[in-house]
Amino acid sequence: MLIWIPLLPLLGFLINTVAGGRLPKSISGAVASLAMLAAFGVSVVEVAALLNQARGGRELVQTIYTWIASGDFQIPLTLRLDPLSALMILVVTGIGFLIHVYSTAYMHDETAPEYARYFSYLNLFAFFMLLLVLGANFLILFVGWEGVGLCSYLLIGFWYQKPSAADAGKKAFIVNRIGDVAFILGVLLAFVRFGTLDFQRLAGALGPMAPEAAFGAVSLIALLLFIGATGKSAQIPLYVWLPDAMEGPTPVSALIHAATMVTAGVYLIGRNAVLFSHAPEVLLIVAVVGALTAVWAGLFGLVQTDIKRVLAYSTVSQLGYMFLAMGVGAYAAGIFHLFTHAFFKALLFLGAGAVIHALAGEQDLRYMGGLRRDLPITYWTFLMGSLAIAGVPGLAGFFSKDEILYRTFASGHAWLWLIGAATSLMTAIYMFRLVFLAFHGPRRARGSEAPQHAHLHDAPRAMAIPLVVLALGSILAGYAGFPEMFGGANWIEHFLEPSFTAPALAESLEGTEAAGVAASHSLEMVLVIVSSFLALAGIGLAAQLYLKHPGVPARLAARFPWLYRFLVNKGYVDEIYDETLVQPIRSLSENVLWKGLDTRVIDGAVNGVGTIVVETGAAVRHLQTGSMRAYALSVLLGAVLMVGYYLWR
Amino acid sequence: MASLNHYLILSGVIFTIGVAGVFLRRNLITILLSIEVMLNAVNLSFIAFGHFQGSADGQIIVFFVITVAAAEAAVGLALVISLFRHVETLNPDAFRQLRG
Repeated sequence: MLIWIPLLPLLGFLINTVAGGRLPKSISGAVASLAMLAAFGVSVVEVAALLNQARGGRELVQTIYTWIASGDFQIPLTLRLDPLSALMILVVTGIGFLIHVYSTAYMHDETAPEYARYFSYLNLFAFFMLLLVLGANFLILFVGWEGVGLCSYLLIGFWYQKPSAADAGKKAFIVNRIGDVAFILGVLLAFVRFGTLDFQRLAGALGPMAPEAAFGAVSLIALLLFIGATGKSAQIPLYVWLPDAMEGPTPVSALIHAATMVTAGVYLIGRNAVLFSHAPEVLLIVAVVGALTAVWAGLFGLVQTDIKRVLAYSTVSQLGYMFLAMGVGAYAAGIFHLFTHAFFKALLFLGAGAVIHALAGEQDLRYMGGLRRDLPITYWTFLMGSLAIAGVPGLAGFFSKDEILYRTFASGHAWLWLIGAATSLMTAIYMFRLVFLAFHGPRRARGSEAPQHAHLHDAPRAMAIPLVVLALGSILAGYAGFPEMFGGANWIEHFLEPSFTAPALAESLEGTEAAGVAASHSLEMVLVIVSSFLALAGIGLAAQLYLKHPGVPARLAARFPWLYRFLVNKGYVDEIYDETLVQPIRSLSENVLWKGLDTRVIDGAVNGVGTIVVETGAAVRHLQTGSMRAYALSVLLGAVLMVGYYLWR
Repeated sequence: MASLNHYLILSGVIFTIGVAGVFLRRNLITILLSIEVMLNAVNLSFIAFGHFQGSADGQIIVFFVITVAAAEAAVGLALVISLFRHVETLNPDAFRQLRG
């Protein structure tokens, strides 16, 4: 049964690829959406079966066939559903289905072949993503990992006639390539060191070992995998592709660049939690990189004027949170945040898409404003998403973010907590800056086009329903991890826990509660109050700056021009990368590799061989006189010489 | 009584005449005839060796040579006729188109 979960979207992809151009739009959209719905249905059935098993050893395994068999090296094509995968497939198929439905309306202006192409890519993405989260070994994960990268490239550059979109696609692909090199090196090293690529066997081999005190092979594997994760999940230093990826259609940003693909790196660490737990130094690196990314990206989110770019930086920042959680060993908290983030960030992107749709492509916050009256559904759902991401008590983001902040503090890294808390404040500010600029205040259309936009219409039904469902999810998803402090069971953490321990230990996990954690509810309470206060303060501050005194931000910008320029220009990171990496590599490629190595050495060798043959031919051609007698004479002379040699020898 | 050496000397002389014919005559048909002379010189030595060693092997080989020579003569003459139709001459020095 498991195989059908990725196979159904693949089927949708094949239908839309083969017959796409000839199908009417309604059918190609329906095929893609139904494929996702069916995959979601199968996922629910499978997860229900999983839940019926005993908690320690929950897993469903299906081996389709032996993919590679070479002596001792055996790679079976095995899918394994465990609690971590279960959560991921529900997110991918569930939210994926909603985004497919939304896309049927959002992409309606495309021609039929383009429409089918869009949906075939979207289905293909779902196939690879499901393969990624279901694969039982590194190689299957890698296939999915590369596949989603490909689909990301195709969908960012969906409007390939636009040079900026084509460039953004290439940028995403190339930046990811850097991480992927590290990733595959890590996989190879893991194989060399442990002789297996199967996640469970790897964890089983690591289980009895003590965590590495010094930086050894295990740490190196973990570090390489983490570098791979920074590429896919847009962390420092490889985050630069994600803001540019907003060139793609907005539902794509919601599905790939917010809810699912970019969380693959977090999933990778969660999947190899045992490995990372054995490399404490690398875990610290993960935590620090996560925290720095969270605050760094949050800063740029404060000043961006493109509605989607604000959300993109917000995504990078929230992914930083997830890595922070992974880094302090709170794997369940990180995955929990991944889960809630998928809801509210998909919602925010889809809401932004509804705004862009209503305004006929306008993405600049400076030319929005006052949309609250014309787009009530979009406004209210967007508000829910913003409240959830800001961490307002009672909504999804509150539970997951506070779990992360609390676990960070409890792990003894107070300064990481401080960074996280500061990011939390910034999150509230930039999100509500966006809400206030887009939906409140007076309407600020671009000069000439004001009259046309006098009457805007809200999201059509196919867009409104996903928005409402996701808004409900943004409110309710957090209760899956309702903390014990409030009398909840933190169900999701108990559900996920077996995925993060070595197989032998998982069975004995039954009944052992986190005793040390239970003791400090009072600390947790204090931290929760602090971060709730920060969230509300951030919203209040945004209200002051962008509603009450709209002139203040401009005055602040004038007061600190260097800081403002630094932030608006995204820290000049793209420029620095361009100067220090891209241009040297380009110059190296052009002057040394192309004009030096390729033209001189390689072409020289090839042409040299040709020249030698030509010259030799020219020299020996004179032997071919065309005179029959000359040939006969040489035959005679040869015969005489040979006979003479044998006679006089 | 003629000894083996007599036969071999005769064979050598005939062979040399054949070689001289090939190199000195300027008529393709004569050259072909000279080649036949060379072949027969060799046949003679085969027969002589066979006779003086009391073996039939020499004669067997000669039959093969005669067969091949017949085929060669047929093909060779056909070629010569064909060439003559093209260029109206039998001088071998006229055929130099294959010069490199």
